[in-house]
Amino acid sequence: MKGSLIILAFFVVGILAGFYKILPEQLLQNDYSLYALYLLMFLVGIGVGSNKNAINLIKEVNFKIVLVPVSIILGTFIGVSIFSLIQDNLSLLESLAVGSGFGYYSLSSVLITEVSGETLGVIALLSNITREIVTLLLTPVFARYFGKLAPIASGGATAMDTTLPIITKYIGSDYAIISVFSGVVLTILVPFLIAIIL
Amino acid sequence: MITVLLLMSAGIIIGWIFHSKEKFLKATGYLTNWAIYALLFMLGLSVGTNEKILNNFGKIGFQAITLTLFAVIGSILFAWLTYTLFFKKR
Repeated sequence: MKGSLIILAFFVVGILAGFYKILPEQLLQNDYSLYALYLLMFLVGIGVGSNKNAINLIKEVNFKIVLVPVSIILGTFIGVSIFSLIQDNLSLLESLAVGSGFGYYSLSSVLITEVSGETLGVIALLSNITREIVTLLLTPVFARYFGKLAPIASGGATAMDTTLPIITKYIGSDYAIISVFSGVVLTILVPFLIAIIL
Repeated sequence: MITVLLLMSAGIIIGWIFHSKEKFLKATGYLTNWAIYALLFMLGLSVGTNEKILNNFGKIGFQAITLTLFAVIGSILFAWLTYTLFFKKR
């Protein structure tokens, strides 16, 4: 939660700095974000590859555990498709791309901004932050009424790190492996799905 | 976009090779945070200079939250089905 607040603070300070034109024009005209994005993607890869839980997981992979991220992707896409039908601001593909963030707001917002511009990038940021916050707040409710996989589903990509502690608290540590597995798979798929959809 | 995917794949392999080098991993974790801060700051900058977004912030926020509700409900219901069929002990 603290991490999300710091990130959000940088975003808000950026908005204010842009709005009040605090920074010199030159800095605004040069687009450094693409290089920062390249660096981030490389670092995210290192983080996933070196995750000790993720390495141990390879031994645990079986048909049932693979079903978890698959269900989350299908469920998310069905839900988001229904959303795209009931409003006419976002197209189906735009909605699917935002949904493909699975709560990984820092990465999805930047990638989507790079491909489709700032408006959809901001939607991705707010939408995926909301997904993390909803999971942190409602995990007890989800676990109680919709089974032990529900908090993992709601957490999406964040089920491997930021929402993992609260998830395992309510569904038990025997489900921690499934939570990390699902989170790792979704984290890796975020950039691929966004690239395919947009 | 292909560059992005290749860089991440390269990172995964390097991370896997160096997964026991604690200092290296600590440094990459630290750098990752700052790369995210820098990117979100820059996204903020472009939002702050974009009148179209600033004037519609409420509408954009509402869309984002509604979309999330559909995404979360869809995934929870599907996961519930999977849980009932394959995980729940009868």
